[in-house]
Amino acid sequence: MIQDDAGVGARVPRFDGPRKASGRARYVDDMSRPGMLHAAIAQSPYASARIKGYDLSRALELEGVRAIVTGADYAFRRVGGTLRDETMIAVGKVRYMGEPVAAVAAVDQETAERAAQLIEVDYEPLEPVITPDAALRPDAPIIHEDLSSYVKTLPGTPHGNVVWETEMADGDPDEAFANCAHVAEAVFETQAQHHGYMEPNGVLAEIDENDRIVVTASVQSVHMLQARVAEELDVPMSQVRAVAAEVGGGFGGKHHTNIHSIAAWLARVTRRPVKLVLSRITDMEIQKSRHPARIWIKTGCDAEGRLLARDVRITLDGGAYADESPNVLSLAVLLSRGPYRIPVMRARGRVVYTNKLRAGSYRGFGNPQITFASESQLDELALMSGIDPVDLRLKNALQPGDTWFGGQPIQTGAMTECLRQLRAARESAPALPPAAPHIRRGVGYAGLAHTCGLLGTSASVQLRGDGSVVLGVGAIDIGQGSGTVLTQMCADILKLPAEMIARTGVNSDAAPFNWKTAASRTTYMTGRAVVQATENLRTCMVEHAAEMLEADPDTMEIRPGGVIAATGTNKSVTFADVAMRSMFRTGGPLIGTGSLVYDGPPIDRANVRVEGMAFGNIGGYAFGAQCAEVEVDEILGTVRVVRAWSAHDVGQAINPTLAEGQIEGGLVHGLGLALCEQMVWDDDGRLANPSFADYRLPGAHEAPEIFPILVEEPDPTGPFGAKGLGEMPTVGIPAAIANAVAQATGKRIRRLPLTPERVLTAIDGEESE
Amino acid sequence: MTEKIDFTIAVNGARHAVSVPSDATLLRLLREDLLLTGAKRGCNQGVCGACTVWIDGAPARACLTLAANVGEREVTTIEGIGEQGRLTALQEAFVNHGAMQCGFCTPGMVMSLEAFLRDNPAPDRSALRASLSGQLCRCTGYSKILDAAMAVVKDRK
Repeated sequence: MIQDDAGVGARVPRFDGPRKASGRARYVDDMSRPGMLHAAIAQSPYASARIKGYDLSRALELEGVRAIVTGADYAFRRVGGTLRDETMIAVGKVRYMGEPVAAVAAVDQETAERAAQLIEVDYEPLEPVITPDAALRPDAPIIHEDLSSYVKTLPGTPHGNVVWETEMADGDPDEAFANCAHVAEAVFETQAQHHGYMEPNGVLAEIDENDRIVVTASVQSVHMLQARVAEELDVPMSQVRAVAAEVGGGFGGKHHTNIHSIAAWLARVTRRPVKLVLSRITDMEIQKSRHPARIWIKTGCDAEGRLLARDVRITLDGGAYADESPNVLSLAVLLSRGPYRIPVMRARGRVVYTNKLRAGSYRGFGNPQITFASESQLDELALMSGIDPVDLRLKNALQPGDTWFGGQPIQTGAMTECLRQLRAARESAPALPPAAPHIRRGVGYAGLAHTCGLLGTSASVQLRGDGSVVLGVGAIDIGQGSGTVLTQMCADILKLPAEMIARTGVNSDAAPFNWKTAASRTTYMTGRAVVQATENLRTCMVEHAAEMLEADPDTMEIRPGGVIAATGTNKSVTFADVAMRSMFRTGGPLIGTGSLVYDGPPIDRANVRVEGMAFGNIGGYAFGAQCAEVEVDEILGTVRVVRAWSAHDVGQAINPTLAEGQIEGGLVHGLGLALCEQMVWDDDGRLANPSFADYRLPGAHEAPEIFPILVEEPDPTGPFGAKGLGEMPTVGIPAAIANAVAQATGKRIRRLPLTPERVLTAIDGEESE
Repeated sequence: MTEKIDFTIAVNGARHAVSVPSDATLLRLLREDLLLTGAKRGCNQGVCGACTVWIDGAPARACLTLAANVGEREVTTIEGIGEQGRLTALQEAFVNHGAMQCGFCTPGMVMSLEAFLRDNPAPDRSALRASLSGQLCRCTGYSKILDAAMAVVKDRK
């Protein structure tokens, strides 16, 4: 491995750094076009209502309005993921407050927004269903009356207000609990969280000179965006060109959504470019949240602390549309055992419709919720059995050669090493100065496991006539630094300096297919495709070079700076020589390609009961352990995380600086879930805090000093041994903070966020709400 | 429509004659009329700090500032700092320390920290942390932003 240049393991400054530091990076809202129109959305004032008609006359009279579209104009198609239940704009019924009912294109933003307010919709209000409890009552109003007729892409059993049910079982926990020395049983709850990407969602849609629809968006997959717009506008996918702009943060909240098709539709109606960039308020009202969860969990161990059995029931609040709810639920179920050996397991879950904003993909994808419950409960078991919490985790940690819940073999994994290094780092840290008398300190730990292998991806590496190289991937750099990391892999194999490798922008015409920039999979999955493609190009170049030098291809080697030489000789050619020759021998400079679909061992359905699992094959397990040191103010009830340590089983850090950045940012993201973030709806279904003034993201003063620990045990299936990392640092930290608060106060709080009110109630010994 | 008003405004050392609605914010004027898109609209209510510019050298929220109220004062945006086409020492440090991820908050972070470092020659890490109280970042957890600023302080010594 090359440490001192652009290769793997080097702390290469990210290639998009200068444009971002100087303000030159171009996000959707920084773009404009001649004749461009601006769009605004008319939103439902009811959480549940039938739409009886529209009166557009006042809006259309406004000077500068160019088009208005509603659900009445639309030969609608229901789209979605596993369950196709949503239209881009409400048709016949609205199911959450704020849902788009019409959209306007006008000459400027102010006019579009005024016109949207002048659109009159005749509603017949219906009784809204705001909580899962209400939605599950036998007499509850049904949110999707036609649910049974909706298309499903995987087997499942939606019914009533239940979107999806998933179950996995390996043995009978009821029997196993009888043999346990200690059993803990409790209900844990987590709240709705907003992704908080600094850039709101936005799209610029236009019709090009070939009558194709071009959608440029802040998005996590151009290929899925292309598919959705094509389907909703009823045109072939080839007639849609989807382009990724600079993406101002994603975290699962920048996937293809309603707004992309709405803008494309307006562009088609007006034949003018249309920009639709959401205000922060509208973004929070109409995009999506993290799933609120209620988790009943029961875990038992023997007298020595060996875990014997666990039983889990998960209820997720999915909001008004399924989106990725079946998948989020499935991952929560699959990861409910955590990174431990528990021989007997059962996990059952359901997602329920309510008349609120849809919940969907969000960094961690169901895992922060289940891990908050399971890792809090492990500390309760540690207390019951008198075993140190870290020792309890070490005693039960999964080892390579063990199997996952579901029977998949664990091929590699550094869970034990993560725990050891985490504890050593924490114990060797300098002591804090004495705290004020009203401050109680505590330290909490949590372990975690997550997946990074899923679905398909591909890459191309094209040689240019001068020996430089262009790397093409469909993976979008949404800030995590994948453009830099994937280039480092390519540079390492070709021994080229970074400036000789450029990246294509990501658009659906040019970029090789990638499912999504999601699921912690870009380094692991797309990285493997880049390695394949680069090795493929190298093989082609070596064959040409061997012919040119009349040497055996097996004796050729790549030397730094774009040179191919016959080993042990001074005979060599340059990449440029090879590129020029290939133009005349094979019709153009060489192209290497690579593609794959996740190919790890599947879930063993013969020996483990699996129902409603909304994934084909998923795996690539990576582990981690996190530690939080907190100060609880017993007068104010506030919790401050002073320092945090976070150890991760990364396989091989391709770029340690960027890997640390994922850990630090992900940890503070999870801290927000633990302490201060919460989307709140009133009884009528109105989101009460759709703004950054009312929804509190962690600021610099709330972020702790963070000590990232990269545990490198290369995974033979990963590119250069690398595993995924993006979501993992968000997964364990809420439980680590809750465990630290429990240690500081002696009281267990089982509901997030840990607000001052809840902390004071716990300290005062009153029943928690 | 809101009535438009005409005035001149000094931005990055040049004077511009503009005609904007009387309720237009400085952020709108910069981004839409002068096409200076470095300052970002993250929340449009003065919380996130992505729109931070300088007015007579002092950091200000462009989204909360009425364009017409700027008057004779000099506005500086991210496009106007440093020597032509070159990164400042702080911007270089941001790049080298991985202090940005998605980059959307970065112009505001840079404008805020540049002013703070100009007025405070040798702040410690906790003073730098406190100086970021008006700037939100969702990607970095603030660690590497503080690392970058500390590197600039260290290089001064």
